[in-house]
Order: sequence, then C-alpha cells, then structure tokens
Amino acid sequence: MKSNRVLRTPGGLSLRLDVRAVTVVVLLLLAAFAASVVLIGTGDFPIPAGDVVKTLFGNGDAGQEFIVNELRLPRVLVGLLVGASLGLGGALFQAVTRNPLGSPDVLGLGQGATAGALVMIVLFSGSAAQVTLGALVGGLVTGLAIYLLAWKQGVHGYRLVLVGIGVSAIVTAVNGYLLTVSDIVDATRALVWMTGSLNGRDWDQVWPLLAVCAVLVPLVLVNARGLRMMEMGDDVSNALGVRVERVRALLMVAAVLLTATATAAAGPVGFVALTAPQLARRLTRSPGPNLLASLCMGAALLVTADWASQRAFGADQLPVGVVTGVLGGVYLLWLLVTERRAGRI
Amino acid sequence: MSNDSTTSSGLNNRRSTVNRLSAEKVTLAYDQRVIAEQLSVEIPDNSFTVIVGPNACGKSTLLRALSRMLKPSEGRVLLDGQVIQSMPAKKVARTLGLLPQSSIAPDGITVADLVGRGRYPHQGILRQWSTEDERVVQESMAQTGVAELADRYVDELSGGQRQRVWIAMALAQQTPLLLLDEPTTYLDIQHQIDVLDLCAELHEEQGRTLVAVLHDLNHAARYATHLIALKNGRIIAEGAPNDIVTAELVEEVFGLRCQVIDDPETGTPLVVPAARKARTEARVAATEAS
Repeated sequence: MKSNRVLRTPGGLSLRLDVRAVTVVVLLLLAAFAASVVLIGTGDFPIPAGDVVKTLFGNGDAGQEFIVNELRLPRVLVGLLVGASLGLGGALFQAVTRNPLGSPDVLGLGQGATAGALVMIVLFSGSAAQVTLGALVGGLVTGLAIYLLAWKQGVHGYRLVLVGIGVSAIVTAVNGYLLTVSDIVDATRALVWMTGSLNGRDWDQVWPLLAVCAVLVPLVLVNARGLRMMEMGDDVSNALGVRVERVRALLMVAAVLLTATATAAAGPVGFVALTAPQLARRLTRSPGPNLLASLCMGAALLVTADWASQRAFGADQLPVGVVTGVLGGVYLLWLLVTERRAGRI
Repeated sequence: MSNDSTTSSGLNNRRSTVNRLSAEKVTLAYDQRVIAEQLSVEIPDNSFTVIVGPNACGKSTLLRALSRMLKPSEGRVLLDGQVIQSMPAKKVARTLGLLPQSSIAPDGITVADLVGRGRYPHQGILRQWSTEDERVVQESMAQTGVAELADRYVDELSGGQRQRVWIAMALAQQTPLLLLDEPTTYLDIQHQIDVLDLCAELHEEQGRTLVAVLHDLNHAARYATHLIALKNGRIIAEGAPNDIVTAELVEEVFGLRCQVIDDPETGTPLVVPAARKARTEARVAATEAS
C-alpha cells in the first residue's frame, strides 16, 4: 500500500517522500547509467564496461579517452537528454490533458517540428544547424497554435487532445506535400531526419539541450504540487488555492519547449513521450504526474532503444526512432484497447 | 435585505455589522449568456444557508461566483471586506472551501491521501507535511466517519462513502466557510440524509458557515437556517424557512401548486405538491379566465 515517509526538522520544515517512487527513480537512474556505459562501449572498437567507467571518471588512457569523450559520450548524452525531455514533456502533457493519449506524439508537436525541418531541407537546402532551428520553430509554432485553437475560457484536456489530433492531420498533409515536391537527395535526407536518429550527434547538440533542461526541469518541479492538485479537476484545485490557468499555461509552455528542443536535436523520436510516463506510473503505483520518474524513464528508454538499434542490425544501421516506434506502436494499441474497455474513449 | 436575513435567522442574534461573505450587485454571465444581473446576496455568518430554485435559475452560478470560480462581469464578491479576486489564492483557500459538483478522484489514490490533499493551502514546498496536517486529516476523517476506510482506494467506495471522503477533504482545508454545490446529487435517500446530517453537525457543533445548493425543497426547509429562493437570477425571498416557505412562494418560484404543511418530525415547512388532477383543472380554469 502507501509507503510515505516524512522528514521533519525542528524548524518546522517538512518533506514528504513516497518511498516507492524514490526507489523507482534511483533504479531508473542506475538503469540509464548502465545502459549508457554499455552503449559507449559498443561500436567498431568495443570497450569493456569497466574501462568506460574509468574513462568517464577521468582515469582512462588517451586512446580510449578520445573515443569515449569525443566520439561516443556526446551521442549518449544527447540520447539521455532527449529521452529525459520527452519523458518529462509527455508526463506534463498527459497530466494537463488528464488523458494518457494527450502526448506530444498524438497532439502533432512531432509533426510540427518535422514540418519546420522539412521546410529548411526541401525549400532552402539548409545546413544541419538551420534544420535544427527550423524544427524548433516548427514545434513551438504548432504548440502555440494548438493552445490557441483549444482556448475557450481556459484550456480543457479533451478539447486539447481533439484539436491536437486535427492539427496533427493537417501538418502531416503539409509534410507529405513538401516531400513530393522535393528532389531525391533532399527527400532521402528528410526521411532520415523524420525517423529520429542519434547518429553523428556531438557536443554542439548537447549544450542547448542541457541549457533548456537546466532551466525548465527545476521550474517544472517547483510547480509539480499544483499540477498534482489539478488531477482532481479545475474546480477542486481552484478551491484549494491553485492558480489553475497560470500553472497550466506555464507547464504547457515548458512541455512544448522541452519536446521541441528534443525533437530539434534528434528528430521526432516516436512514442517515448507517450510511453515513458505510463511505464513510470505503473512502476511507482502512485497517483500524480510522476514527473521525475517519467523523466528518468524517458532517458533510460531512449538510451536502451539506441543500444538495441545498434546491436540488432550492426552499428548505425537502424535509427533509434524505428525501435521506439515499433515498441511504442505496440504499446499504443494496447493502451487504446484497455482505455476502450474502461470506457474512457 | 441583509437586515431582514440576519434578524429572521434564528441563530444569528449576534448581528455582526458586516458578514464575511457577500456579493454586491454582481452580473454573472457565461460568454454572452447573462444568468443574473445586479444580484446582491449576504451570507449570514454562522448560518447554514441553502440556495433553492428551479433548474437554470442561477443557483450553482451564484455559488461559483461566491467561491471565485466565476468572475462577475460587473459588481464584486467580498470576502472579509476584500474583493475575492484580488486576494492571494491560497489565502482564500484557507478561509473558504468549496465542494464542487464535478471532482475527479485520481486513479489509485487512497482515502487518506485524497483527504490529505485538502491541506494544500496550508503547505509549501518546504513545509509539505507537518504534524498539524497529520492531525487535521485524522480528525477530518473521524468527523465524516471514513477513518476506517483510510487505506482503501477511493475507486472502490460506494457513492455515499465517496461523497463523505470529498467532504472530509474539504474539511481538512479547515475553512470557516464551506460551500457545497448539490452535495446530495446521485445519492439514495438514506445517504442524502446522511450527508445533510453531517452538514448540520458541522454547522451546529463547529460553528462553520455553510452555503449549499440543494434541489430538494423539503431537505432545504428542514436543514437550512437561512433560505434563499432564486428565480431567473433574482432573489424572490430569503429568511428562515418557517418564515418564508408558503404555498404562494413555491408557486411563484417553481410554478407548482402545492400545500405547505408542518413537517411532523421537525415542525419545519413540508411542501406537498397538489394532485395532478387538481393542477390540470387549475390550469384549464386559468386559461379560460384569460
């Protein structure tokens, strides 16, 4: 059952911890670290896990240091940060919409970012940096459009999901159009981007992601208590003194920024935002948005999926988006079936 | 209007000069649809005020305005002399509680955890769960008779038990004023009485000011110390049920011919609708006359 522990100081400070949730977070962090170590060790020059750890802590030899720190660590860090951003963004969206389907994948944020990237690739033959910027802008504009279209004296969950599905359909059509007018080289490049991949990611992708996370994650966690109250409906949370519209707007903006930055860095890696919060919730068995657990779950999932995509078909044969797409698709089917049985859709 | 109400309400002999909660000439509207115009209401301190009226008369809307869920397009709602919208949200939440009609129990939450969420306005990021919180939650569960359900999941409970849990959550908020929007809806008669008894207890024994919207006029007449009859967004009558509930009032407010007799149990007014035949004949006579 419930296993809450309370820490109190003589000064009147008190913290309430759900022991199970904390345990889950710690285990997921360990899992993400372990998967990262294995992933760094994987490649044309395999490195044993022990050496990887040693190198990461600054005690490796020069050759390994170059491979680990310059070649493979950035990719793993991008994977961790993208996974964490998607996990947290998904958890925020699902909590705000009070719907497990209310994730960025379903709402069309991924498609929006894709549209931005496609415009850069197809119309301007832009550089990698320009494509990233295009994806970021595309994601943000789509997020804003969904929010404004769904606005009717406040934003309500179900409305947001329906509007999001509509917007997603429109943007998908635009993306299809852009692909048909592109030449074969651009189209190939676009398709690779659209699958979501961590290939060739370096420190240039790490820093912006890290900066966004460093600002947004604490901001989101500070507002988590209000979000937890909002689970009970707008009226109850208003009555409890939560400024519902303000918290919701703030968290939506944070979620859109997290998702758009992650998508800009790695392409629309499918289904992580949809599955990570649900898996985290099943592990913690705790009500509430489970933000931290979702974040860690997203990071662990993405790095594990990246490792699987490399191992299964040889190095860099398969973009990570294919693996998450297949796993997530199966999960989405299962979710639709159970939600339908429960009479929620 | 407010003077009438404070003198006629038996429990309010103290006659405070200003009541804690009031609405001053508020206009209430959803989008462009105006529900009430220039409506002024005083909630007498320490009363059990019940708002009654036909469907769509604006009673729930009035309650939403009083609990700052709906911002009046004109006029203002005052809590302790301040405009309620301008007060810090948590401060209001420590003074005024609301049990809304629609509330969602999160999946897999236990009774004790749900009741504990009522402590939110008393907590902060560094003060998440004090011994006081613990004590109040236990007390609230005991008062509502759900203490033995503390570790059960809310989804497993019956409708009546669940409503008690939500009331316990509102109690844990420890507000001197408590607003309830149709707290007896969807409950069978036994649980309706059960919830109303609990409200009466909170009012009489703890001196909380209660404001409830009720559908059942007889329940309202039996439990209220102060009754507000609303029609088309206007107050038709207000005061102690014994003073204001008459056959004429019921006909005016609800358009229903009836007799008002003394409740054999409590002596409060009891509304007995006229038989169908009598009502049909009256209607025919009325149309012929006109």
